[in-house]
Amino acid sequence: MAAIASVEAGAQTPAPAAGPATRRRSFPVWRWAILLIAGAFFLIPLWAGVQFAGLKAFPDVFKQSGFVSAIGLSLRLAVITTVLTLVLMVPTTVYVHLRLPQIRPIMEAITILPIVIPPIVLIIGVLKVAPGFLLGTPYLLALVYVILAMPFAYRSLDAGLRSFDLKTMVEASNSLGAGWSTTLWRVVLPNIRTAVLSATVLTVALVLGEFTMASLALYVTFPVWIVQFEQNSGPVSVAASLLALFVTWILLMLIVAVGGRSARKRGGAQVALFTVTRQDVSQTRGEPE
Amino acid sequence: MTTNTARNAGAANGTRHEGGTGGTSVLLQNLSRSFGTTRALDGLSLELAPGELVALLGPSGCGKTTALRIVAGFETADTGSVLIDGRDILPVPAARRDMGMVFQSYSLFPNMSALDNVAFGLRMRKLGTGKRRTRAAELLDMVGLAEQAQQYPHQLSGGQQQRVALARALAIEPRVLLLDEPLSALDAKVRLQLREQIRTLQQQLGTTTMFVTHDQEEALSIADRVGVMRHGKLEQIAAPDELYADPATAFVAEFVGVMNRIPGELQSSGTVAVLGGIVPVRGNGGSADQSLAETQSALSGDRGNGSVDVLVRPEGLRMELVDNGNGIVTTRTFLGSVTRVGVLLHGDVAVKIDKSSSEAAALAPGTSVAVTLPGEPVHVTPRQAVAS
Repeated sequence: MAAIASVEAGAQTPAPAAGPATRRRSFPVWRWAILLIAGAFFLIPLWAGVQFAGLKAFPDVFKQSGFVSAIGLSLRLAVITTVLTLVLMVPTTVYVHLRLPQIRPIMEAITILPIVIPPIVLIIGVLKVAPGFLLGTPYLLALVYVILAMPFAYRSLDAGLRSFDLKTMVEASNSLGAGWSTTLWRVVLPNIRTAVLSATVLTVALVLGEFTMASLALYVTFPVWIVQFEQNSGPVSVAASLLALFVTWILLMLIVAVGGRSARKRGGAQVALFTVTRQDVSQTRGEPE
Repeated sequence: MTTNTARNAGAANGTRHEGGTGGTSVLLQNLSRSFGTTRALDGLSLELAPGELVALLGPSGCGKTTALRIVAGFETADTGSVLIDGRDILPVPAARRDMGMVFQSYSLFPNMSALDNVAFGLRMRKLGTGKRRTRAAELLDMVGLAEQAQQYPHQLSGGQQQRVALARALAIEPRVLLLDEPLSALDAKVRLQLREQIRTLQQQLGTTTMFVTHDQEEALSIADRVGVMRHGKLEQIAAPDELYADPATAFVAEFVGVMNRIPGELQSSGTVAVLGGIVPVRGNGGSADQSLAETQSALSGDRGNGSVDVLVRPEGLRMELVDNGNGIVTTRTFLGSVTRVGVLLHGDVAVKIDKSSSEAAALAPGTSVAVTLPGEPVHVTPRQAVAS
């Protein structure tokens, strides 16, 4: 899970930078000191990595055997896992909120399980019981990743659904003649769009960084390839790791930026990866009556 | 036929008001609904004439919102039926009932502009883009928000949002307009404006309307008839003036308008001794009024006498300036042409009495007065412990 943690940390760092520029002027010295120490903590290993690999190693990454298939597999897994996770979790979370709010504590307990159970236990169990037609296909790993992503996806969607009056919206939509699928598509989804993006970001980050399960189930995903390749060429392997970090980071920033802009325009909930906050309505109201 | 059914089924029907022309008739028959051990509705029957606005009034938990939600299709009934133009709609899903609903909480879709919100129902009815935008714009204009058409809900004030919600509900030309405390989240001034706007539009369009509220002033001012609910049943349904002047039960009498409670002694002859006089009790011998029978059975004495509270409106008490009277003026509240005078009677009983403001000028706090009852029949209810 170390690889996942580093990717998530990378994705989180820009959040403070998004704060209002005016506040920076009143930053006392000690805040700068903490910022510098924290910055050094994160940046020195990256800088050391770049130093060790050398800039020439970066173009070499793309020429290495197995690179394309490994990154291809990781991206495919990311897409399949994200789609499966959303298709499963969005209707489930909406249903729990609307019809079974009393089981929400149970849902929270269940969705935390994948974090508690060590990945090694999960994957060995899955390999023992997996049906033959799934073995060796990316779908098997994707299905396991869906379980791994569940805590993050559930929490994001749960927060998103809590940020507006779901029950009234659904009833209003029904009374205007919209059936369930139309209500989900036109009313619920647009209003939890940022939460869905947040779930997507977390799922993608998790899939692109997961090593233990892929390695044990003998899939050569990108993280597995990096470790394998390290035996051959240290500098190129480090360059590949750094590249993976930057690519993932840029991808996540893109998702957040695209989702955030449309949400701001419509006064929707803001998602900063882990939390959903509602804009203060009173400050943005039109003319008083 | 439906009218007869309603008359027979209804516990207490008032005079029916014939409203606009194009509306739909609504008939709730013997509706019951329980949540666990709580009986939210207990055999509710109610009829709405085409184009009529009926307000359901009652304390929280009396079942008024449950009744509305059953009509809307968001709640199921354990027993009973809801007939719209004579057809039972309970098996029909909410999306196909053609009910326009305005909710208590702001219910506009945050991802759509005011115009798109109003056009949503028309879109569901497969109306072309041009037509539905024109119609939505007309409705926004009708509620005075033509200029806010492109704004999103978070850019609108609470009152504006509820007006858009009203336009959205009316856009689909609903068979029945259902209003679930639509004004309770708004501040007093906006509430008053919107209340008048709802009534004007409802009368213009002739839409049959059910309005649920716990605010008696709101109910009395907006409705053709007001139904007072208690414990899942209609206590009384009548025109606002009738409800105020001639309440059928002690509960209605106390729930609607301001009411004084004055201790008295119920006599077995069906009269009550109060403020040094003897006055008849309402409903004595009559079947329409249950309050005397209820009170008598609630009292411990089997002969139907004992300590009761007599219910009298502020304008129903007489007051004269005398030395050593039975009360002392404590407060004066100027209400325009009328002044409400607070009087402390012997035995620590505080009452409110309305006097014309010119007469009340002489009644400074500390003045001794004689408070009496004219001989008209009064409501009585079992004595309540005096709050300290």
